[in-house]
Amino acid sequence: MRRRHKPGIAGLTELRPTLPSEPARTSTAVLAFLPPFLPPFLVSFVMPLVMSLVMPVLMSLVMSFALSFGASAVQAASPPAPAALPALSPADQQRADKLAHGLRCLVCQNQSLADSNAPLAHDMRKLIHAQLADGRSDAQIMRFFEDRYGDFVRYDPPFKPITWLLWLGPFALLALGFWVLLRTLKRRAVARAPLTADERARAANFLDTGP
Amino acid sequence: MRYALPLAVFMAMAVFLAMGLSRDPRAVPSAMIDKPAPAINLPVLQSPGERLDVQALRGQVWLLNVWASWCAPCQEEVPVLREAARQYAIPLYGLNYKDQPDDAAAWLARNGNPYVASASDTDGRVGIEYGVYGVPETFVIDGAGRIRHKHLGLITPDIFRSRILPIIEALK
Repeated sequence: MRRRHKPGIAGLTELRPTLPSEPARTSTAVLAFLPPFLPPFLVSFVMPLVMSLVMPVLMSLVMSFALSFGASAVQAASPPAPAALPALSPADQQRADKLAHGLRCLVCQNQSLADSNAPLAHDMRKLIHAQLADGRSDAQIMRFFEDRYGDFVRYDPPFKPITWLLWLGPFALLALGFWVLLRTLKRRAVARAPLTADERARAANFLDTGP
Repeated sequence: MRYALPLAVFMAMAVFLAMGLSRDPRAVPSAMIDKPAPAINLPVLQSPGERLDVQALRGQVWLLNVWASWCAPCQEEVPVLREAARQYAIPLYGLNYKDQPDDAAAWLARNGNPYVASASDTDGRVGIEYGVYGVPETFVIDGAGRIRHKHLGLITPDIFRSRILPIIEALK
């Protein structure tokens, strides 16, 4: 559990998952980068790219830039409604688990949402939960993530022109292998064709007298 | 002639492998390119009574930079973004991703605020709408409100000139 810069995309901070069993106190090195208000269990979720999870919304003041152009993008606001997630039925919980296993964590990339402790994976699991509670279908939820993160987010990529090679490639290679095998066998069969009478005579001659 | 086929196979594999090796496996192609920029509608940092509205920015090319006070590269790219926005008169907005408004304000005070305004995405929900998975990320959004480019990671002056500026110029 160490904060480190991986040689990936230049300067992109990322979050890597921690082992859940790892006690939070081992993360002193990380703590230095963390805001002090994080509870320890949150700290244990934090990796190279430090971040905080959902926090109560606090607002501070002072806008230093006046908008320098005509259309103002800033409008009057109403306070956001806090949402608590309703519990899922066992059947829905099963669906949530299945979805989480079929979706890739964008941060760790080789773990599913279900396996990952990255904050983004946590948020995405919460979104699955919220959408199931909303009565959305599995396909709709899958679609939601695909729309935002692309096919990459699926562990089961769809069959379409750009993935034809991916899906059919192994079978094409297998077919190629069979073709090469058959061709080789045929050649060997030709090479082992019975000797002509002339060849037989020469062979007998060799056997009797030596070459 | 006998070796033509194996040689061709080898060459083809070598080309594909070379292409594969020169790509960054962590860079996920954005699914959001050419899609309308999702609504942000979040409180504006340091001015929580107001909200950032993407629709109001139609008619101009603008940049949305995803940043956070806990993100080290973000700090590094502030001068680059500030200078780019000033020199080319590009409206630069920020999405303050999974951050505490207090920390964000302190960060802006420390590094200088290059943004016209930053939306405060404390729980990262809008970040997911934009397909954000690391910080910093920078989106180029055109006059019709569509995302035209996404840059993953730190923007250096060189990256800005070679990869982002040409896209902005083409859109203007």
